[in-house]
Amino acid sequence: MNEFWVLLTGSLVGITCGLTGVFLILRKTAMIADAISHTVLFGIVVAFMVTQSLSGFWMLVGAAIAGLLTTFLVQLLQSGGLQEDAAIGVVFTSLFALGVLFITLFAGNVHLDVEHVLMGEIAFVPWDTWDILGFSMPKAVWMLLIVLVFNLLFLVFFYKEMKLTTFDPVFALSIGLPIVAMHYSYMTLVSLTTVAAFDSVGAVLVVAMLIGPAATAYLMSKSVIGMIVWSMAFGVMAAITGYYLAKLWNTSIAGMMAAMIGVLFMLVFLFKPHDGWIWKVFKRMKIKDTEPNIL
Amino acid sequence: MLTGNLLWVLIGAILLGIAAGLNGTFAFLQKQSLVGDAAAHAALPGIAIAYLVTQQKDLPILMLGAAITSALAVYMIQWIVGNSKLKADAAIGFVLSVFFGIGIVLLTIVNQSGTGNQSGLNDFIFGKAATMAKSDLVWLSSSALLIILMCLLFFKEWKLMIFDPIFAKGIGLPVERLRILLTALTVLTIVTGIQAVGVILMAAMLIIPAAAARFWSNHLGVILVTSAFFGALSGALGTIISSVRTGLSTGPIIVLCAASLFVISYFFAPTRGFIAKSLKKKAFKQRNVVKEAANHE
Amino acid sequence: MDALQVTNLSVAYEEKVVLQNVNLTTPVGHLTGIIGPNGAGKSTLIKAILNQLPNKTGAVHILERPLNPKDHLVGYVPQRNAVDWDFPANALDVVLMGRYGHIGMIRKPSAKDKQIAMECLKNVGMEAFADRSIGQLSGGQQQRVFLARALAQEAEVYFMDEPFVGVDAATERTIIAILKDLKAKGKSVFVVHHDLQTAADYFDWMILLNQTITASGPTEQTFTEDNLQEAYGGKLFFMDQTKLNKTFN
Repeated sequence: MNEFWVLLTGSLVGITCGLTGVFLILRKTAMIADAISHTVLFGIVVAFMVTQSLSGFWMLVGAAIAGLLTTFLVQLLQSGGLQEDAAIGVVFTSLFALGVLFITLFAGNVHLDVEHVLMGEIAFVPWDTWDILGFSMPKAVWMLLIVLVFNLLFLVFFYKEMKLTTFDPVFALSIGLPIVAMHYSYMTLVSLTTVAAFDSVGAVLVVAMLIGPAATAYLMSKSVIGMIVWSMAFGVMAAITGYYLAKLWNTSIAGMMAAMIGVLFMLVFLFKPHDGWIWKVFKRMKIKDTEPNIL
Repeated sequence: MLTGNLLWVLIGAILLGIAAGLNGTFAFLQKQSLVGDAAAHAALPGIAIAYLVTQQKDLPILMLGAAITSALAVYMIQWIVGNSKLKADAAIGFVLSVFFGIGIVLLTIVNQSGTGNQSGLNDFIFGKAATMAKSDLVWLSSSALLIILMCLLFFKEWKLMIFDPIFAKGIGLPVERLRILLTALTVLTIVTGIQAVGVILMAAMLIIPAAAARFWSNHLGVILVTSAFFGALSGALGTIISSVRTGLSTGPIIVLCAASLFVISYFFAPTRGFIAKSLKKKAFKQRNVVKEAANHE
Repeated sequence: MDALQVTNLSVAYEEKVVLQNVNLTTPVGHLTGIIGPNGAGKSTLIKAILNQLPNKTGAVHILERPLNPKDHLVGYVPQRNAVDWDFPANALDVVLMGRYGHIGMIRKPSAKDKQIAMECLKNVGMEAFADRSIGQLSGGQQQRVFLARALAQEAEVYFMDEPFVGVDAATERTIIAILKDLKAKGKSVFVVHHDLQTAADYFDWMILLNQTITASGPTEQTFTEDNLQEAYGGKLFFMDQTKLNKTFN
């Protein structure tokens, strides 16, 4: 049964992050997600300092605020004349350092230790349960389900608007779509997804799960819907294979899932028919072979 | 007051700050700041592999391992961007998280392999400058000196390469080799700093001083000197603060010192700073209003 | 009725002035070229008219009303290189985006919207490519898709930013035929254009721009050497007098 909950948690992380990650790749904001996954720590610590509790609700609030703050600060520095990559780098390293400092200063004894934040403790997920409406399920599963529902609702309502503001924001603005509000709503969802996932699998795997499956799906798909389906599928695949390999080699489950994301990406990148790397190299060789004949 | 080791730590931190400040400026101008972040995260598996292979934790050996995987990560980012429709941000994020994940996997294996001593590799995640051994500090300092020297030596070539690579090629500079050298040096800077500030925050040492210095000038020479100064200052302040109050990791404190310098620069730098700019904008608007009023008459 | 009326429009980025005191009026039913040298602020003018720039001053009226996207009066073709054509979508998807304004938030495109989009694709001669990934289209085909998307907006006034850049001759002919057809239907079209050789053939109204309006009105009156010299700051040595005269006779 415990194994089931761990697998379910991992798969839910794969599905939720896979879904959210698609628009990160398409909007070219993957590194903002990386930044948010670091600064969420800051939000959680501050939420803890203010409320003195580690309840899931306040963690979500703190994370959402930290995510918005990150997005806002990056935008602010950019409008102040700093290039985007540097703006992201400055904001997230500073806020992360501040988060780490706050933990050591004010929350040293609580279960909020930094290693937990980085690597998560997915193996302990089954023991921390919540009872909602008479159902007893691990807290991580509840949180992921709730955030997944948010994500799905957002896309059900605003799918076409997200598509247009992502593809052509200038045109979207001309027909009156609220592109700034869309951007911040979406970044709030990214923050919520991050915090729900990172309590169980750690910051590293969250970034890997947000970016990796969607990046792999990007290489596979011809439509946004297709990309969403592939991305979620890759997320689940990485979670399940990663879990069993980690069990086999007795190592970090979250780390192994991240590694499997890398493997899946590489398989597609190298071997995808027609535009995989190996395929391209092969084609190039063929052209070289036939060249003398043409001459 | 300054005991022998602390003095060494201080020297090491200052030299590292200068090296990262100089090198980071070149990375910044090439818009490669986040590649540095990925390279830093990617050092982790290299350290673990070096330890697993040699069963030693001599700094030079671990640094070699870190350098190999860092360089591999940088190369992989370029390879992915060059051979697919994936954009740089996705490639960087992907490589960063996967390498770090693999690093965690290997680190867990190291920690469980039960070779006693827990090997202290975990310190590489957040750094432990204040408690580094003297021999390690000597390594750090000499490596940082080498980086500084190289930056001074190739200043002119890199400047040209960054601003106008086509012209640089035209006058016969080996642009590709210069670029590789610069990347190699970035990797070396990262590898040098990770034991002191940790893989996660090492990128900050490259990015923040350079970004802060950019607000002070438009001349590469001045930016470099300012950035190096900011790097050195945050290194020194961070080390002192974290040695006065034990229990604080050095890395985050150094980064926060650099961040403070950044905030000061962002607001108060002359001409490019926020306040100076706002004043100028206001003056412009007023001029415009006056002009418009004149046109209406 | 005026299609476009711009009063005292100025745009500045930090200390750099891009547009200064632009004033112009264009009646309905013209095919208008916005002409000027590089950096004259042609694209900025369109963006400012479409209310996309926060740092502008002045007033814009379209069909004698302040711009309101909910009126669906305006169709827009942005520069082709402003978007990433690797985006996972096919040609029909992109044209359908032109319907989004009419569909409104949250609701999904109806069968009728899809039918309209398909017809617009047909108009630009691209119906065979409806299912093709946009990344696999040529530059000219991509431009036609963008034009089809604007047609799907079923607007009264159209703004097009450099629709002729980087397209093949066949596409250029198709586009100009569609623009003339729009004009014949009483619509007003504004096109940013930088090829002076073809300008007088294509447009019956001109806006000559270099940071401010140097001339604006019917082509015969505005497209003169004096006005062009003024807009181009006397740098017009590449264009000889005979050619200019030939265009008019």
